[in-house]
Amino acid sequence: MALEIVRRATRIVVCAAAACGTAMAADFITVPGGRFASVLPQGPVPTVSVPVEVAAFAMRATPVTAGEFLAFVRAHPEWQRGRAPAIFADRRYLVDWRSPVLLADGGAADRPVINVSWFAARAYCESERARLPTWLEWEYTAAADETRRDARADPQWRRRILSWYERPATTSPPRVGGAPNVFGVSDLHGVVWEWVDDFNALFIAGDSRVQGDPDTAKFCGAGALSVIDRDSYAVLMRIALLSSLSAADTTGSLGFRCVRPGGERP
Amino acid sequence: MNVARSAGILDAHATRIGLAAMLCAPLLSFGAQPAAGDFGPPRGAPIHAVLTSPPNVPPPVARNRPAKVIVTLEVVEKEMPISEGVTYTFWTFGGTVPGSFIRVRQGDTVEFHLKNHPDNKMPHNIDLHGVTGPGGGAASSFTAPGHESQFTFKALNEGIYVYHCATAPVGMHVANGMYGLMLVEPPRGLPKVDHEYYVMQGDFYTTGKYREKGAQPFDMEKAIDERPTYVLFNGAEGALTGDKAMKAKVNETVRLFVGNGGPNLVSSFHVIGAIFDKVRFEGGTNFQTNVQTTLIPAGGAAIAEFRTRVPGSYVLVDHSIFRAFNKGALAILKVDGEPDKAIYSGKELDSVYLGDRAGANLNAVTRATASSAAGTLSLDDQVHAGQALFAGTCSVCHQGNGAGLPGVFPPLAKSDFLGADTRRAIGVVLHGLSGKVTVNGQEYHSVMPPMTQLNDDEVANILTYVLNSWGNPGGRISIDEVKQQRAAPTAPAKASEH
Repeated sequence: MALEIVRRATRIVVCAAAACGTAMAADFITVPGGRFASVLPQGPVPTVSVPVEVAAFAMRATPVTAGEFLAFVRAHPEWQRGRAPAIFADRRYLVDWRSPVLLADGGAADRPVINVSWFAARAYCESERARLPTWLEWEYTAAADETRRDARADPQWRRRILSWYERPATTSPPRVGGAPNVFGVSDLHGVVWEWVDDFNALFIAGDSRVQGDPDTAKFCGAGALSVIDRDSYAVLMRIALLSSLSAADTTGSLGFRCVRPGGERP
Repeated sequence: MNVARSAGILDAHATRIGLAAMLCAPLLSFGAQPAAGDFGPPRGAPIHAVLTSPPNVPPPVARNRPAKVIVTLEVVEKEMPISEGVTYTFWTFGGTVPGSFIRVRQGDTVEFHLKNHPDNKMPHNIDLHGVTGPGGGAASSFTAPGHESQFTFKALNEGIYVYHCATAPVGMHVANGMYGLMLVEPPRGLPKVDHEYYVMQGDFYTTGKYREKGAQPFDMEKAIDERPTYVLFNGAEGALTGDKAMKAKVNETVRLFVGNGGPNLVSSFHVIGAIFDKVRFEGGTNFQTNVQTTLIPAGGAAIAEFRTRVPGSYVLVDHSIFRAFNKGALAILKVDGEPDKAIYSGKELDSVYLGDRAGANLNAVTRATASSAAGTLSLDDQVHAGQALFAGTCSVCHQGNGAGLPGVFPPLAKSDFLGADTRRAIGVVLHGLSGKVTVNGQEYHSVMPPMTQLNDDEVANILTYVLNSWGNPGGRISIDEVKQQRAAPTAPAKASEH
């Protein structure tokens, strides 16, 4: 029902954003499609990753910021802290904000929004006529560095990802707008974890050693995780995080960004 | 439902676990005989377990009934020193490596709460080896940052058990320090001892070299190749040395709970200078007595007990000894008290051991021996042979350059004592010299033992080398001269009172 409300209110938000001026206007970057070998098994054989076609889409250049999310909850009070239903957002939802309509501090507006649930993220994306990316879309875009579409074999690329993992999230995330990758998309690594639309299909067992158990074969991706590949474990850690979550969960280092299908422009 | 997760209604994981618990629990308890170690339902009010940081161990349970014990463990990711000037981002159970020590009684019902601190980035879980059930609790405790999981188990088997994180990539979680020990006491407890300590070995993999300064990241390549940068007791070099050494007094009993978190190495655990009176090897019920070194597998533990007899510093090592001296696997147990000379005397003798001539290039010696036999021995042959022999035998004290050590070992270089009577030197080498001598104006009062291991050729060659080196007057000592002196009645060159 809440989603219905969001859908009806979408038009209002777009207008509101327009009224606010360009500072709040999201920049969607067209990401051309391509063939891509995911770290998760794709194709008919559950244990082998076969390259698959990824269709073109347009992705937000940066994660959704706290300022953008503030504008959203002002326009959609039902998504404010304390008003969002408990089944859609846990008790830590937007816990870092000073009040339901005030950010933590003056400088927080251009940092990624954190402590948001999957439901809230999804509602936000609908409000800008977009959706959450699929895991495959996210992984495909995030495999790039500044010059290459697939930099995953480069130890430097891996190093950069891991250096962020190694720092506990004791400080606020950095401001958005880091160096864009070859597609023109920024901040996929080193800023926040990001929700994906199909996070719930990324099941890995909570116990990482039972992946070969036939009982868990029903979990997509189970097979790939039984061996921690030197080249992909950094990405797999992101999947582990996503699979530890329920849709109402929030964490202090988890944000999101939105995509529009087919490279469609607003 | 026994799964408390905030807003858990849509939680697929929680629902699955909850259903399983509801379905399985009655089935397992119907009519079946209670498992060994099951002393029935918990009695009395729930008890909050006392958890301790290493090297401390919680006090004995001292309870004669099974109870419900609540254990709350918090996962904290934090940067801590791994060595002097070196930091590492550890993932911890309770803020320390190894994690908090858990102590319960066999038959207890343990309600386990795993909290993943909101500031953490990673999801975590826990596999307790003391749990009977799939994954040791791992699947039931998979917890996102800022959340808490709960599951309950009955501690059916007594013993010392490792717990660790089992989240993908499991090796990395373990390598970052996510392990600890849980003791399940037998119903009557363990025999009383004076000290109990908690020590756990782990191997660590950093991109920088051993002791390379600064914040060192985890190195997956080294971890997969099992090439640790550090092998440590209790998560840091110096965690159990200096002021932090474990302590005991003479004639006390010490019980060590020793775990090995791994992730890769097996520990050859040894305490230098102590013999374990008793070891519960592999943490099992059987024990071995009079043990020097006990093997502790990765993901295993042992209980080692011994009585302290002699004061001093006892060094705990992994006797795969390069790990101890080049990777940090050292800890100290400091025993204070009165020495017992009947058991251990301390040092009774400190004398120079004149080793053989190993390592010297003895070609020259061989040549000299051959020339001597052929009757063609030249001064040059003697000097070269003497040089090689001097390096092996004499240079230990008189130094390679013949300068000696002022006040300790007299010089041979430009030595007035030598120059005054070169033939006297033969007797010194053959019979030794003790007592006061004055060389180049300095008085020496020490002992040179007789060089009885040298044959006549060797003595002649060494002395000839000495006479022709370092500004000495030159000359030659023949084999015959040595022979004569050796045959003569012993007349030590110059022996004053000792």
